Amino acid sequence: MSPLDLTGKSALVTGASRGIGRAIAIALAQAGADVAINYAGSEAAAAETAKAVEALGRKALLVQANVGKAAEFDAMVQKTLETFGKLDILVNNAGITRDNLIMRMKEEEFDDVIETNLKGVFNGIKAVTRPMMKQRSGRIVNISSVVGVLGNAGQANYVAAKAGVIGLTKSAARELASRGITVNAVAPGYIETDMTGKLSPEIREGILGQVPLGRMGRPEDVASAVVYLVSDAAAYMTGQTLHVDGGMYM
Amino acid sequence: MSDIYDRVKRIVVERLGVEESEVTSEASFKDDLGADSLDVVELVMELEDEFDLEISDEDAEKITTVGEVVNYIQSHA
Repeated sequence: MSPLDLTGKSALVTGASRGIGRAIAIALAQAGADVAINYAGSEAAAAETAKAVEALGRKALLVQANVGKAAEFDAMVQKTLETFGKLDILVNNAGITRDNLIMRMKEEEFDDVIETNLKGVFNGIKAVTRPMMKQRSGRIVNISSVVGVLGNAGQANYVAAKAGVIGLTKSAARELASRGITVNAVAPGYIETDMTGKLSPEIREGILGQVPLGRMGRPEDVASAVVYLVSDAAAYMTGQTLHVDGGMYM
Repeated sequence: MSDIYDRVKRIVVERLGVEESEVTSEASFKDDLGADSLDVVELVMELEDEFDLEISDEDAEKITTVGEVVNYIQSHA
């Protein structure tokens, strides 16, 4: 059996209705896992992801929740446990942007992004700790970003949250290592999604100039790294950040 | 009382890998039985399952010895 095989595992992916989250959900299903698909608002899009998972012969569960609210995350984990009987893998992927220059950034633009992108990850880790500690095994992967290490003008809130995710990942990794739970992060670069689709052609050109591999990434490029980290192949890795960015950060 | 004490004792012995004779009523989980913070959290989780009750984080933080756990369970179960 391949060390990347996930047959019999059950996973929860946040923000899985579109983009990177959807690609992660599908890649986990391809590797053999049943997948709970979280979404905040886009139910129709999430249902598409579920269909793709089921087409691969795996179970899918749709779960609506705002990850920034601890009670909602707890209820979502509970529902996943009731449906699948266990939870082996959590991928904290859900994220939003509210870009603005610091001078112009409103307090709520800062708070909204921190609540979803950073506190949402904390809520997720906390919610699965109990079941995973009891199982004495578990895999958590948090999606950070290349801008979390490089910084980015106009994204102070997003960058602060994504840098925070890397620190949170390391702390959780240290706390949970003795219980067989690994916690790692993936920091994507510029990936073709709705989120980056909003960028102007000039900005895209500028970005490509900073990417040694000379192209934007695909959601599947990120999903492959996640599958690796949650598989037995990465059993000896914890607290790490994998940079999937075409070489932007090295 | 003795029934609760025995069940608590069994779980503590299993979870912390200590000798039964060490699990006295006065024994402190951290100082005498070698538990770290995470061990105590796990112990509380297992006791909640065993006795079908919920121990709040505030209460859990106050519990430091085997005797305190037994008393807590007696008054809440």
